[in-house]
Amino acid sequence: MRIDGIRILSLVCALLSPLAPGVAWAGPEIQTWETTRGTRVLFIAAPDLPMVDVRLAFDAGSARDGERAGLASLTASLLTQGAGEWDADTVAERVESVGAQLSATAARDRATLSLRGLIEPSALDQVLETAAKSLAEPRFAAADFERARGNRLVALRQDQQNPRTLGAKAIYRRIFGAHPYASDPAGTLETVGSLRREELVAFHRRYYVAGNAVAAIVGALSREQARDLAERLTAGLATGRPAPELPPVPDLSDPFLERLDFPSTQTHIFAGQPGMRRLDPDYFPLYVGNHILGGGSGLTSLLMEEVRQKRGLSYSVYSYFLPLSQRGPFLTGLQTRNDQAAEARRLLMDTVRRFREQGPTEVELTTAIKHITGGFPLRIASNRKLVDYLAMIGFYGLPLDHLDRFNARISAVSAARIRDAFIRRVHPDRFATVIVGPKTP
Amino acid sequence: MKSILMLLGLLITPLAATGSQVHEKVLDNGLKVLMKPDHRAPIVTSQVWYKVGSSYEYGGVTGISHALEHMMFQGSERLAPNEFSRIIAENGGDENAFTGRDYTAYFQTLARDRLAIAFELEAERMRNLRLAEAEFLKELEVVKEERRLRTEDKPEALTFEQFNAAAYAASPYRIPIIGWAGDLEHLRVEDLRDWYRRWYAPNNATLVVVGDLEPEQVFALAKKHFGPLEPERVRPPKPRKEPAQRGEKRLRVGAPAKEPYLILGYKATAIGHGGEAWEPYALEMLASVLDGGDSARFSRELVRGSRIAASASADYSAFTRLPGMLLIDGTPASGRTVEALEQALRAQVERVRDEPVATSELARIRTQLIAQKVYEQDSVFYQAMQLGSLESMGLGWPLADQYIEHLSRITPEQIQAVARKYLIPENLTVALLEPRPLDGGGPPSSNATGGHGHAH
Repeated sequence: MRIDGIRILSLVCALLSPLAPGVAWAGPEIQTWETTRGTRVLFIAAPDLPMVDVRLAFDAGSARDGERAGLASLTASLLTQGAGEWDADTVAERVESVGAQLSATAARDRATLSLRGLIEPSALDQVLETAAKSLAEPRFAAADFERARGNRLVALRQDQQNPRTLGAKAIYRRIFGAHPYASDPAGTLETVGSLRREELVAFHRRYYVAGNAVAAIVGALSREQARDLAERLTAGLATGRPAPELPPVPDLSDPFLERLDFPSTQTHIFAGQPGMRRLDPDYFPLYVGNHILGGGSGLTSLLMEEVRQKRGLSYSVYSYFLPLSQRGPFLTGLQTRNDQAAEARRLLMDTVRRFREQGPTEVELTTAIKHITGGFPLRIASNRKLVDYLAMIGFYGLPLDHLDRFNARISAVSAARIRDAFIRRVHPDRFATVIVGPKTP
Repeated sequence: MKSILMLLGLLITPLAATGSQVHEKVLDNGLKVLMKPDHRAPIVTSQVWYKVGSSYEYGGVTGISHALEHMMFQGSERLAPNEFSRIIAENGGDENAFTGRDYTAYFQTLARDRLAIAFELEAERMRNLRLAEAEFLKELEVVKEERRLRTEDKPEALTFEQFNAAAYAASPYRIPIIGWAGDLEHLRVEDLRDWYRRWYAPNNATLVVVGDLEPEQVFALAKKHFGPLEPERVRPPKPRKEPAQRGEKRLRVGAPAKEPYLILGYKATAIGHGGEAWEPYALEMLASVLDGGDSARFSRELVRGSRIAASASADYSAFTRLPGMLLIDGTPASGRTVEALEQALRAQVERVRDEPVATSELARIRTQLIAQKVYEQDSVFYQAMQLGSLESMGLGWPLADQYIEHLSRITPEQIQAVARKYLIPENLTVALLEPRPLDGGGPPSSNATGGHGHAH
């Protein structure tokens, strides 16, 4: 909620951190199987708290929108607004009267149904039955559809009053061009305004099928109980088939600069290019390299040092790879007082270029590896973090020993490999850039 | 749902017995140490909470608590600027800090065998901060950028800031946490030195550690690192009691925006401040009746039913150092006016005054509260936050284990009573965001504002 009394010093609060290298650390045991309908399940038993977390991820993100930006996202948001004989009020009541939480959202690759509940049997029965029906027989009632669409239009107009959101949407359009990743999952005023209920029904029929889903479960359940849960959740789904592979993301051939006029006190700068895939062969060197350049805890990166720590030019400055099924973006950015935007942009680009050409020092590399590997226990320290990892591992088809081998792979990265990967993969001279701020500062 | 509730009660009891034992000890210099074992993962979170925040500030130095929070990372006697963060990073830790109205807190989350490092560094900056002029001038620019990012360029945040300043006459809750832009311009490093000396001392702080720990060992470690620090003579802040409001206040905030936005705030009480002891808990339950999830009244009746709101929420906290407000905010749905939304929100408030809430509504909220208490235990960070904030606001950490019971005892009659006592027009402030053009010309594209310049 927006009325909030807490200010966090750093914008980028990394959830990652990691034990000393060389310390053998096994992740928790992952059990996996397929439901009778054909959904792959990944399960970790977490007996300490009487609760369960579930993610059911469908390859039904906004990359499947086609020309109808916002379709996947509206479909997901209407899943929990009425199903079978229950209207939206009844669904909400059934979930919350047993203390459970149920929601569905869509990002670029994935649409995810998230469920958190207590394992007390009658409570769990009620929320499972509700979730299963919401997946299998969502109503998409005309009135609910009109309401959701109208409220989405309000949200889209609110996005237009925020320079950061404006710029973030624009940089994706510039980086991805004609690729499905270009459009924002929320859609646009034009596309959302013209969406029809039938399109949501058809989208649901095609993509919300057992063969296009992965389930992740973490909680105080036996394997048998988890198996039963997954069966019941997916029982009403058609078997179906997986969505086809997305097209590869083409490289940018020329640099591009877009200026968006906006009456703000700060200028927001975004610069980037296509980055890497979740299963990218360069994943580890790019990940560790970016940790040094502009990632990590956000307080100690090179960009933070140059832009904020030395010169006080920006509150937040960052770089990151967002790995997706196909190449997600590599993005850098900052915000600064309008009259110093040119200087800050130069500094941002110089730092990226210098890092690309020189690679990290041995000290920088050693520190980054210690940070990432030393923080390993933190990243799997809660059921919520675990279930998100499980969903990611399952959805992208990462090996089940991903967590077990993570530290060893991080530790094996050398400065030379980072430099080599950045030289081949990062091309600041062809970056797309979006600048949002007043035309005349 | 009664049977489920009873079963839940059975579930919670063993948890409360095993999962939430807090060990409290106090060092000779006055530092209170709270330790809560949670052995689910081999990590610990360590948090130092200082009893100082924007509600301790006064005119001319607003934002100083938050600026000082930034400076805590900018070097001490033995640490160079930013070295604190580098050391924590090298040890695989996550760290940060936050400033609120009633507290300033610093935290590190690390593998359990690194706790000593966090203690050593926090002890160092508790009394030996450098506060060099050059670092301050640079960091002040960062804070100004933060203010631009969080407030100046966000129409709803601007509205909220103006709303607080209009609603409170004397209470320091009128002060924005990040400080007024004009005050930031004139902040001096000497001001921060005074502020630091005055509030940053072991007898004005609470150390909270939650995670895979043994209390005896942690306390010995705390004694070793924090024990040698000198206490300070801390003068408690003046009460700055808010006078009775004598009629509705209204304000309009013009800012570049596309959509209108509305805030209503009713002055209320808080734990330990006037009225019956149960009143703050009744107000908490009242806020949940309005906005405790998708099945609560705002979602059911205003977003879905009459479709007058694109969003609407209610918020109240019983757990604050000074009395605050029960806040309601919202954005009208497409094609609906902000005036109609205000009417609908006020009608909801009237209904709580006029009719007792249904027992089924309260049963649902109680179940949600109990479930929430279980879910909270999935995060050591959140558990530590709860202890640290309660302690810092002078309410005492044991409330973390008691508040659900207090809330569960609230009756429909008590909710109606607090509605009649506090949710009255005499206590109300209303702020309206009036969208101004984003392009410097032409009216905003939305037609939902109901035109310009009209007043009630």
